[in-house]
Amino acid sequence: MLRIRVNGELREFADLDPSMPLLWLLRDHLELTGTRYSCGEGLCGTCTIHVDGQLIRSCTTPASYADGKSVTTIEGLSGKTADALRKAWHKFQVPQCGFCQAGQLMSAEHLLRTSDKILSSEEMDSAMAGNICRCGTYTRIRDAIATAAVELDS
Amino acid sequence: MSNPTPNNPTSTRRDFLRYTVAGGLSLAFAVSKTGLVARSLQPNHLFDEAGGNADWSPNVFVTLAADGTLTIIAHRSEMGTGIRTALPMVVADEMDADWDRVVIQQGDADARYGSQNTDGSRSIRNHLNAVRDAGATARHMLIAAAAKLWSLPASECRAEFHTIVHDASKRQIGFGEIAASAATMPVPSNDQLQLKTPQQWRYVGKGKPLYDLQDIIDGSAKFGLDIKLPGMKVAVIERCPVLGGVAKSWNESVVLAVVGVEKLVHLPAAKEPYSFQALGGIAIIARDTWSALQGRKALEVEWDPGKHRNFDSEIQRADLIQSAQHKGTVVRENGDVDTEFAKGGKRISATYDLPHLAHVPMETPCATARVTADSAEVWMPTQTPQSAQRSIAMALRLRPENVTVHVTLLGGGFGRKSKPDYGVEAALLAREVGAPVQVMWTRADDIQHDYFHADSALHFEATLNDDGMPSAWLQRSAFTPIGYTFNPKSKTGSGGEMGQGFSDIPFDIPNLRVENGPADPHLRIGWLRSVCNIFHAFGVSCFADELAHAAGQDPLDYLLALIGEPRHVDLDAMGVQYSNYGGSIVEHPIDTGRLRAVLMRAADNAGLRQGPPSTKELRRGVGIAVHRSFLGYVANVVEVAVTDTGQLQIPRVHIAVDCGLAVHPDRVVAQMEGAAVFGISLAKFGRITAKNGRVEQSNFHDFPVARSIDAPQQIDVDIIPSTEPPTGVGEVGVPPLAPALLNAIFDATGKRIRSLPINQHDLSRDPLAD
Repeated sequence: MLRIRVNGELREFADLDPSMPLLWLLRDHLELTGTRYSCGEGLCGTCTIHVDGQLIRSCTTPASYADGKSVTTIEGLSGKTADALRKAWHKFQVPQCGFCQAGQLMSAEHLLRTSDKILSSEEMDSAMAGNICRCGTYTRIRDAIATAAVELDS
Repeated sequence: MSNPTPNNPTSTRRDFLRYTVAGGLSLAFAVSKTGLVARSLQPNHLFDEAGGNADWSPNVFVTLAADGTLTIIAHRSEMGTGIRTALPMVVADEMDADWDRVVIQQGDADARYGSQNTDGSRSIRNHLNAVRDAGATARHMLIAAAAKLWSLPASECRAEFHTIVHDASKRQIGFGEIAASAATMPVPSNDQLQLKTPQQWRYVGKGKPLYDLQDIIDGSAKFGLDIKLPGMKVAVIERCPVLGGVAKSWNESVVLAVVGVEKLVHLPAAKEPYSFQALGGIAIIARDTWSALQGRKALEVEWDPGKHRNFDSEIQRADLIQSAQHKGTVVRENGDVDTEFAKGGKRISATYDLPHLAHVPMETPCATARVTADSAEVWMPTQTPQSAQRSIAMALRLRPENVTVHVTLLGGGFGRKSKPDYGVEAALLAREVGAPVQVMWTRADDIQHDYFHADSALHFEATLNDDGMPSAWLQRSAFTPIGYTFNPKSKTGSGGEMGQGFSDIPFDIPNLRVENGPADPHLRIGWLRSVCNIFHAFGVSCFADELAHAAGQDPLDYLLALIGEPRHVDLDAMGVQYSNYGGSIVEHPIDTGRLRAVLMRAADNAGLRQGPPSTKELRRGVGIAVHRSFLGYVANVVEVAVTDTGQLQIPRVHIAVDCGLAVHPDRVVAQMEGAAVFGISLAKFGRITAKNGRVEQSNFHDFPVARSIDAPQQIDVDIIPSTEPPTGVGEVGVPPLAPALLNAIFDATGKRIRSLPINQHDLSRDPLAD
């Protein structure tokens, strides 16, 4: 039996393979499809979620890892950092196809929430380097994160 | 960036009508604008002659409800260009509707929309007039209905922001209130339509926020794998690693023992021509994705790999270079190159080669199908719903009209999702299993079984005259043709392929010859964003830079001299077979004036000669390239800095684009930004190789694409204000990036890379060189 809090709600899984990656638990068993598959090997960041507030690539992390923990997906991402980022994503019209953007936001939210200083653009790039965007929205992502950071700082 | 508003008082409605006729796409609208057609499309929402309160749909693109909600069909696929916002925005503008009351509905595959083939950078340039007509038709009928209600002449009434108004009497009525009555008005003919003037545009040339943005950032947007049907099974397919190989035996009982695996299905191997057939293989059908993947892991298949078993991409590379270095098929000759070469003089030559590439959209191919004895319903992220419909119908031996194809959002396309083989797989499996089936491709499946971008070699020779300009220029390309996918005998480039930046070379050189050499494909070849322009622009723009340096001249001045005076390059007069991307050569000539203008604009913006000097640690350089493709013109100035250890940084890319009328300027900017990153990906990393017929790469570790750290620090996009008819945008930005980047690397390091990608070369500082 796995007990996982998902976006604030306690879920119990009685007969689930505990080695199933969290990605497929979320998508196939909870129909939380905002977390997306792209590489399956932890290489691209598309499937990024938070487990107890930490960044996790859900495609390679077994469900058992989250037992007794708290999972946040894009559907449950909230709070002032998330709000500032979503606002900036609107302002800069960041997405193109949009497929990677949930993962980008999960990474960006973690970055700003856990950073206690103003980040240089190199620091932002290196923190976001695990999230691939094939459409190439990187410069707008950088602008949006920087704008959200300023808003949060003020 | 600039957001120009097209505002040319000389542009008249007559211009646009002319475009309509010449564009040849009025058919979609002419066929569709009767209520009858619309009724059959959307039975639940349509005007019913008997009932006055039903919603009204003047044509297939527009449905207006009594509460004023305006539903507009997006008939093109959204893969990141913003087209789901841009074309409906044009309809709404032409109606003078309130954008906040617009609901966008994605159109299923249906020939009545006209072409839905969302590739070739065609959505705006080929459909703008049809959707303007759709909007204008609706506006005319709303005005007619209000005029009738008020017993006033229609000419005194006008539409304004979701209402019809009569200025003199200050009467007004909302769109919704008059919708039912409007439905009974006669449909105006095209020549009765009064289209808005550019001055009257509310949204066109300005843009609206992306319709899908909120869904994207809250996670509710629906892509291919997000379709969940009751009783649905998940399938993954083990395909033969060698194209066309046949499964001889497999350990079925072992796989069936894996928890959650329910069935194995043998899909017969595809035979040439592969076209859009399912490739075949062993499908694992399971209750969920993880079980299917576990079953796949347990599966062992013995293959008969077939005739491509010895394919080696390194040997093919050498063969392509050989092909490019020997006499080929002449596709264009101006003057007499051989005679000019025989005169002697300074002779420069260079050979370039570029490998196969995979598309790798972030969303891998996937599709969900439900099939009955006489019908099929498929949900898929496809760029080409109608060819999906036809391909699925053919595979299931159904009539196309009995196959429904619903289009989800696409997690990137880049040409991969123009090939509906994965939809065919889902449909075949759903029939076999007797339940809805969702096929998902892993990243390895995607990379190893793509419709690959052609590998290529290009050879150039030129003789320079006393002032350093070429008096003769020979260029030859050899590449694996797309034709192979559809005809196994195909070994040479088509006129269309050669016309992507090669037979249409716009340089003013008295003796110029363009040739194509044969190639021998062993993979499915397909079009990838900007297609043959990738290697053609690479060769032409790098060789131009090489000549400038050989002549001791400034590359920008030299490139402008090569392009020559503003003129229209008349390929027809030269006897060149040229399709001009399906566009009219009268409306879209090869205009060297526009080519020069984007080049000079990008150069001005970059302040070309004012960059910071190289330091001991950083070698700085600037490179330029300019290219016309898909009727549009783009120039790139790329700034690089190369560290001692050979790390490549790209501080800035300056882009100038002339895309004619920019309907949604911010999305044009976004496409240019994305194209720059796409170009960096292919230039720095892009390389698919094969040994023993098998593609060697499988994921982002061995087929990397640009990440945030590889992206330019800054991308400046400047749109040349224009009221010319719109050109393509989505692909246009890709071709010049790689050559500009390589020219910049040469400027910075003195290293001339002629074989892509860059990561196969050492850019570290040679300690003996300084």
